[in-house]
Amino acid sequence: MKPILMLAVSTIALALGAGAAYAECGIEAGSVRILSNDFEALRAINAAAQECASGTVTVTANATTEHKNLQVPALSINPAEYTVAVVANNSIVPLLNDDLIRPLDDLIAQYGQALQPSQLVKIDGNTMAIAFMGNGQHLFYRKDILEEAGIEPPKSYDDILAAAQIIRDKGLLEHPLGASVKPGWDLAAEFVNDYLGTGAEFFAPGSAELAIDNPEGRKVLEVMRAMTAFMDPDYLTYSADELIKEYEAGNIAIMVAWGSLAGAVLDDQGAAEGVVENTVLTAAPTINGGTIPAAALWWDGFTIAKNITDEDAAASFQAMVHGISPDMMNANKEAATWLIQGYEPGPAAIGVVDNANGGARPYPMQPYMGLLHTALSTELAEFIAGSEDAEQALADVKAAYDTAAKEAGFLQ
Amino acid sequence: MPNKTFFAFILPSLIAMVLFIALPIVSVVVQSLYVAHERVMVQVENCQPFGGCSTELRVDAAATAELQREQPLGRFNGLGTYFNRAHLATDELGAILSSDRSFDQKVAQIFNLPFYKALIFTLVYCFVVTPLAMALGFAIALAVNALPKVTKGPIIFFSLLPMIITPLIGSLILYWMLSPNGILGATIQHIFNDPTLSLRASPVLTWTALLVYGVWTNGPFSFVVFYAGLQTVPADTLESAMIDGASRWERIRYVIIPHLAPLATFVALVQLMDNFRVFEPIVGFSAEANATSLSYLIYNDLSGDAQQFGSAGATSVITIIGVVILLMPVLIRTWREFKLKAV
Repeated sequence: MKPILMLAVSTIALALGAGAAYAECGIEAGSVRILSNDFEALRAINAAAQECASGTVTVTANATTEHKNLQVPALSINPAEYTVAVVANNSIVPLLNDDLIRPLDDLIAQYGQALQPSQLVKIDGNTMAIAFMGNGQHLFYRKDILEEAGIEPPKSYDDILAAAQIIRDKGLLEHPLGASVKPGWDLAAEFVNDYLGTGAEFFAPGSAELAIDNPEGRKVLEVMRAMTAFMDPDYLTYSADELIKEYEAGNIAIMVAWGSLAGAVLDDQGAAEGVVENTVLTAAPTINGGTIPAAALWWDGFTIAKNITDEDAAASFQAMVHGISPDMMNANKEAATWLIQGYEPGPAAIGVVDNANGGARPYPMQPYMGLLHTALSTELAEFIAGSEDAEQALADVKAAYDTAAKEAGFLQ
Repeated sequence: MPNKTFFAFILPSLIAMVLFIALPIVSVVVQSLYVAHERVMVQVENCQPFGGCSTELRVDAAATAELQREQPLGRFNGLGTYFNRAHLATDELGAILSSDRSFDQKVAQIFNLPFYKALIFTLVYCFVVTPLAMALGFAIALAVNALPKVTKGPIIFFSLLPMIITPLIGSLILYWMLSPNGILGATIQHIFNDPTLSLRASPVLTWTALLVYGVWTNGPFSFVVFYAGLQTVPADTLESAMIDGASRWERIRYVIIPHLAPLATFVALVQLMDNFRVFEPIVGFSAEANATSLSYLIYNDLSGDAQQFGSAGATSVITIIGVVILLMPVLIRTWREFKLKAV
């Protein structure tokens, strides 16, 4: 766009936005600077928050997948680079550890009438974040392939493995299963999901001592390895986004994938014929004879920085409340599983809702969970590639976690 | 040039080098000697949208900040970080070596330690890619030098492309071409008549792909330098060699290669340094499961959900030491030549 044209467009946008927004957001003055992850739902919220910009209020948003690396240094300085950090179960922890975000109870009392009690994330009695959407990995399957193979919809990992064998034996698909097990964050998330499903705890109660070297941990690894036998030989390179593409291409019959990507599967773009209408979303499978879906529940929410003026904090809170307003939610119903008042789950949200109703556990918020996630992401690589046994893999994870936890001051 | 003028001339660069190279390295070294403070933990009640409330441990930020104020760098750990499992792993190494396992098992156990797993790939990459890329660059330089003038320009441009392309983009392009749906991957499957053959699945093939990529991307640098060097080969020596009946190969072997030898030392130096910090192809090829490098370990320490600065600092210092050790033979040789000339 030519500079002049751009100027004209932004001026018009600003003028249009400002008039409407002042009345809606009710912010008198302040600076709102948002840092968030980058996916459809968050972009919609950022855009809605930016409607609050006016002559006296500036609203900027930086949506980036690198947000986790930016947030701690950006909020440590005074005044903080960003006034709002959009976080999830895991990314709020570094902000809490370093005391970089402020309690929101006063602001809620003043401006948060539209919020629901279930949206408040409370730490030690103080509300530290406002959650607005849920997310999680759940089951996607193709009902046409299952019908052709004469299989009942799978409920557990045992069902899935049996179904995969039948689908392969009948020659329907050579590699019917899918999961994002790319070494790195994805692989660790897969282990965490399955381990949560067993009902066991990651850490010894009241300490940072790792406790995954148990029958449940071994069972999880056994299932993960068994699944790979029915996956495309390239499974080591499948991240969550890559997996969705394979599924849309019609190469996968049953997979566990992110709820936030379900909308992209169900829309009319990019999928091979027959994929969209035959896709069924449901809760993640159970594992090890358990009863709850083997998947972590995630929330995404916003926090307000500590190192900013009270005026900016109030402006930021109001802008974000406007950002997650029911109007925004109604305009973007399919983008996420919203926790916002008045939300009716659409077809793309069924999986996450089923997970929650099935009693799935939230992703742990312990301060040392990030260290475990990092240890899992590197030390399970050889196991999932098939060059190491479960015993050795668990020992490696424990050794790597202990080393990191000692360096970080959580273990002696 | 008088010393004073010379000094004034390089002073700006000197200041920049101290500010942007020396000081950061010092800070990395200092950081690597420290680990985070012991965290003061408190039990608190956490309530989330899912799963209700539960009692969990949390870092007492105020108390930890107090410790931080007293000692901003953290706890002094000396060389502890260097010898822990994530780095040189001396304890683990000792246990493995003194155990009564077979030699193969011991080797497997050692390469199961993250540092040694990364080190072995880094070294293999260095010592396979550097000579092959130099040979490739030299061959291209000879070929281009023999071309007629008109075609030289475009061919030089095409030969330089691998160097012009950003390493991460270059590796991604090759990675996609090697995927089973890509042109190279599909061709390889067709040639070997094996529809399950995948370069991404086996460690050997992944290593091969990375090494081939390394040669491809590093070739042009050697080519440029050797091509420039070829222009300085004295024509009379070549002519007299021809009159003496030397074949093309003999001229290359006995005139050109000795002439370019000092240049080769320089290229080897730069390439070894470059290849020792191999990183982009591992990310580009999604090869984390089968190959990691020292630079990848640093990246992994800093990019996870929890950033480990001390650990990353220690790996960085070890990398610097590794580069110095690698360059030692070349440096000693250069020093000897320098002294020889001085005498």
